[in-house]
Amino acid sequence: MRISPKYTQIVAITILGAATVFTVAILIFIIIFVLEKGLPILSFNFLFTNPTDMGRSGGILPILIGTVLLPVLAIIVAAPLGIGTSVYLVEFTHESRITRLIRFGTDCLAGVPSIIFGLFGFIFFVTILGMGWSIMSGGLSLAFMILPTIIRTSEEAIRSVPKAYREVSFSLGASRWQTVRKVVLPNALPGVVTGVVLGVGRSIEETAVVIFTAGSSLLIPTSLFDSTRTMAVHFYILAREGLSMDNAYGTAASLIIAVLIVNLSAYWMMHRFIARRN
Amino acid sequence: MTQEKNIKIDTRHLNLYFHEEKILKDINLEITSNQILGIIGPAGSGKTTFLRSLNRMNELEPGWRVEGQILLDEIDIYNSELDVISLRKRVGIVFALPVALPMSIYENVVYGVRLSGIKDKARLDEIVEKSLSAAFLWDEVKDRLNLSGLRLSGGQQQRLCLARVLAMEPDVILLDEPCSGLDPISTTWIEDALTELKKNYTIILVTNNTMQAARVADKTAFFLMGELVEVGLTRQIFTTPVKKETNDYITGRFG
Repeated sequence: MRISPKYTQIVAITILGAATVFTVAILIFIIIFVLEKGLPILSFNFLFTNPTDMGRSGGILPILIGTVLLPVLAIIVAAPLGIGTSVYLVEFTHESRITRLIRFGTDCLAGVPSIIFGLFGFIFFVTILGMGWSIMSGGLSLAFMILPTIIRTSEEAIRSVPKAYREVSFSLGASRWQTVRKVVLPNALPGVVTGVVLGVGRSIEETAVVIFTAGSSLLIPTSLFDSTRTMAVHFYILAREGLSMDNAYGTAASLIIAVLIVNLSAYWMMHRFIARRN
Repeated sequence: MTQEKNIKIDTRHLNLYFHEEKILKDINLEITSNQILGIIGPAGSGKTTFLRSLNRMNELEPGWRVEGQILLDEIDIYNSELDVISLRKRVGIVFALPVALPMSIYENVVYGVRLSGIKDKARLDEIVEKSLSAAFLWDEVKDRLNLSGLRLSGGQQQRLCLARVLAMEPDVILLDEPCSGLDPISTTWIEDALTELKKNYTIILVTNNTMQAARVADKTAFFLMGELVEVGLTRQIFTTPVKKETNDYITGRFG
C-alpha cells in the first residue's frame, strides 16, 4: 500500500525538525554550561589585572592582549592575500589545469590539521627565520592556517556575482579591474566578510598553532617579537595542569563572548554597508 | 551627399568562429548612420553573435576567432590602435534581459561616464536628466533617483539600460532583442525612443519580432544559418523580397 504524500511529508518534517532541535539544544547546552561556570568569575578585575601564581589567581590582562593581537595580525596578513588570490583566480584567469591545481591545493590545505601549520610555523618562523616564540611567528602561522578558508569562501562569493553584471560593466567601457572594484567586490562583500569572520573565529579559538609558535608567556608583550598567550591556550594550560578550573571557565566565558562580539560587529558593519548601497 | 560618407559600420568578409565552428559566414554589410537597421532571422541564425561582434563583446569568453574586417568610421575595430574600452564607449549595447546594476538609478545612469572620469556633480545631474528623458523614463523616476535600480519593473529597467548607454553619448547603439521580455506598452516606449534617437545615433536592432522591424527599421537585414541572406529598405524587404527564404520567413512559413 502506498502511503499518502501528506503523511510522508509529516514524517519528514518531524525528522528534520527533530534534527534541528537536537543540534541547537547541544549548542545551547555547551554555551550555558560554560557561561554558568564562567560568568561568576568574570569581572572588570578579572579582565584587566595581571595573572598571579601561574594563573591560579589574578586576572587575564596579558592574555586578553594576546588574544586580540594574534588574530588581528593573522587577518591583516591573510585577508589581502586571500581575497587577492580569489579575485585573481576568478576574474583574471581562465579555467585551466593550473587553476584547478591551485584550487585542489587550497582544498587540501584547508583540510590539513592545524597542528601541522603549528609545526611548520615552529620550524620556519620560530627557528629558521629566528623570530622565536613571538606574536609575529604566531600571527603569520595563523595567517597561513586561515588562508585556504578565506580563499575558498571569497572565491565562492565572487563567483556567485551574476555574470550579467560583469557583462553590463564591460559593455559600458569598464576595464576588468574597474569591474572588479565597482561591481564584483561590492556584491561579493557579504560572502567575503563571512570568510574573514570565519578566519578570525578560527584563529581566536586555535591552540596548537599558538603553543608552537607564540609560546605561552604570561607577561604583557611590549613588541611583536615577544611571546604571548591567547585565551584558548590559557584555558588549555589552566585545565590541563589543574591550576584553576574557576579561572579556566572564566577564560572560556570571555572567549565565547569575544567570538560573539567579533561576529555581531562584523555582521552589523556588513548590514550597514548593504543598507547604504540600497 | 555620396553614399560613402554615410557608412558608419562596414563589415567585409566577416567570418566568426567559436571553437573552430563557423558561426558567421562571409558577412558583408554596410550600415548607414542615423538610421535604424533591423536584423531579423530565426533562432541560431547568428544575429546576436553578429551584433556582439560589433563592440567585441563576444571575446569576453575564450574560444572566439575573427576573420575579415569590421570598419567603424573606416577604422578596423579588431586590428588597429583603437582599444576595446574606447570602442565600447562609442558602440553601446542594450541586452535582451534588462540588467540594472545593484546600485541607485542615478548611479546606474552615470556608471559609464564616471568611468571616463567625469566627477562634476552638476554635469552628472545634467547627464542623468538628459539620458533618462531620452529613454522616456525621467518622469517616472525623477523623484526617486536614489532608489535601487533593482526596484524598477522590467520595462523600466530596460529603459534604464537604454539611458545608461545614452549617457555615454556613443555613436552607435546596439540592441539585442530589447523588448523580448517586455509588455506591449513598454515595447511602445522603447520603439518611440528609438525612432527619436536615430536623429543622433546609428541604431542596430536585433529582433525576434518581425513586425517590430517593419515598424521602426529603415533598413532590414535577414540572417539565416550564419549567413546574411538579404538586406534592403524595410519596405522592399517586407513587400518584394528578392530571396525565397526571406519571403518564407516573413510570411511565417518557418522560424
